[in-house]
Amino acid sequence: MTAPAPSINPPPREPANALFEYLLRLGDDRLVLGHRLSEWCGHGPILEEDIALSNIALDLLGQATIYLKMAGEVEGKGRDEDALAFFREVVDFRNAHLCELPRGDFGFTIVRQFLFDAYDAILLEFLLKSTHEELAAFASKAIKEARYHVRHSGEWVIKLGDGTTESHRRAQAALDALWKYTPELFTCDAIDAELEARGIAPDQALVQAKWNEVVRDVLARATLTVPEKAVATRGGRQGRHTEHLGLMLAEMQSTARAHPGAKW
Amino acid sequence: MVTTAARAEPTRDDVWGWLAEVMDPEVPVLSVIELGIVREVEIAHGAVTVTVTPTYSGCPAVQVINAEIEAAIRAHGVEEVHVRTVYAPAWTTEWIAPEARAKLKAYGIAPPGHLLTEELVPLRRASAAVQCPYCDSMNTKLRSEFGSTACKSILFCEECRQPFEQFKAI
Repeated sequence: MTAPAPSINPPPREPANALFEYLLRLGDDRLVLGHRLSEWCGHGPILEEDIALSNIALDLLGQATIYLKMAGEVEGKGRDEDALAFFREVVDFRNAHLCELPRGDFGFTIVRQFLFDAYDAILLEFLLKSTHEELAAFASKAIKEARYHVRHSGEWVIKLGDGTTESHRRAQAALDALWKYTPELFTCDAIDAELEARGIAPDQALVQAKWNEVVRDVLARATLTVPEKAVATRGGRQGRHTEHLGLMLAEMQSTARAHPGAKW
Repeated sequence: MVTTAARAEPTRDDVWGWLAEVMDPEVPVLSVIELGIVREVEIAHGAVTVTVTPTYSGCPAVQVINAEIEAAIRAHGVEEVHVRTVYAPAWTTEWIAPEARAKLKAYGIAPPGHLLTEELVPLRRASAAVQCPYCDSMNTKLRSEFGSTACKSILFCEECRQPFEQFKAI
């Protein structure tokens, strides 16, 4: 690396509608991570895992559809979930960087999935009490799925971490690479603060505390070491992404853009 | 073209009866009523509104089911049909009736067990014994919580040496 990367300024925007932005964050995390997981379809290391990862991808895409549909309704400009998924540019995506990283090997996919699934299950527990009725109702649905997701990825983290020398090495390498992306899940900007004040979203610090407890317990059981000195990255919530998201979207959005309005 | 005389407004019981014939496209032995996804039927001024709750967020059958519910009601001469989706209370396999569980077993899918409360990532998974739908043996093992559709797990029977699916409890 010889020169610092040029800063990417998000395009000028209208005053943010905090709820719209928050729903995009929820939707985009799951849309992007679900797409990454779906890349395993037909490539899983064993048949059961191929099926499991594809099932989880489908759940995440289903959840993304619902959050983005709600976002479109809140925005009130006639954009539905498909318009938001397929016709926004990379700077308009609000997912955390954790979700957009390439899938890596199976160890990387599983460790990333566990870090996200634990966050999802814990966040949804808080969202059950949201003052936003529709969000709270959907949380009661999604939490059932999030719980079996984290059960799956958590068990695999233990199997890989506390497994063979090679599986341990790969799981630890994945954790070392991924840990710095996790604080972004819990950042609190003006949007989070406003929604917390309105009782719609929880205090991010509480979510993080619970997450730390669950994740560190499983990582310890997996004999994996948390890289404490990792420097956190951020920017995804404001539309500043790694180079990987643009490439992923180019593929994900190509069919919808080649045939706008197509029905099947 | 069928000429229809003015029909009497259907009753809620009529509509529930019609929906009892709409089958789940992926598990065609269960109707949408037996599956427990139809939550409410309302009739006002000849228009029928059916409230449904999805089984899984990403289940591709949901759209097909909604379309089939609408078609089944229209087939009885109702012109205005609305299918409304609600998420709470969230669908649970506890809503599948005992007769429907027997139909699942006869179809070769082990019926769902009952929900067990568990910590997020259990060290040893609490699991109730599942009976093989083919040979009735209880000597079975969970192979994967994920199966050919979102609603099924894969198990293996140690007795008759057959893999089989179970409707998973959620």
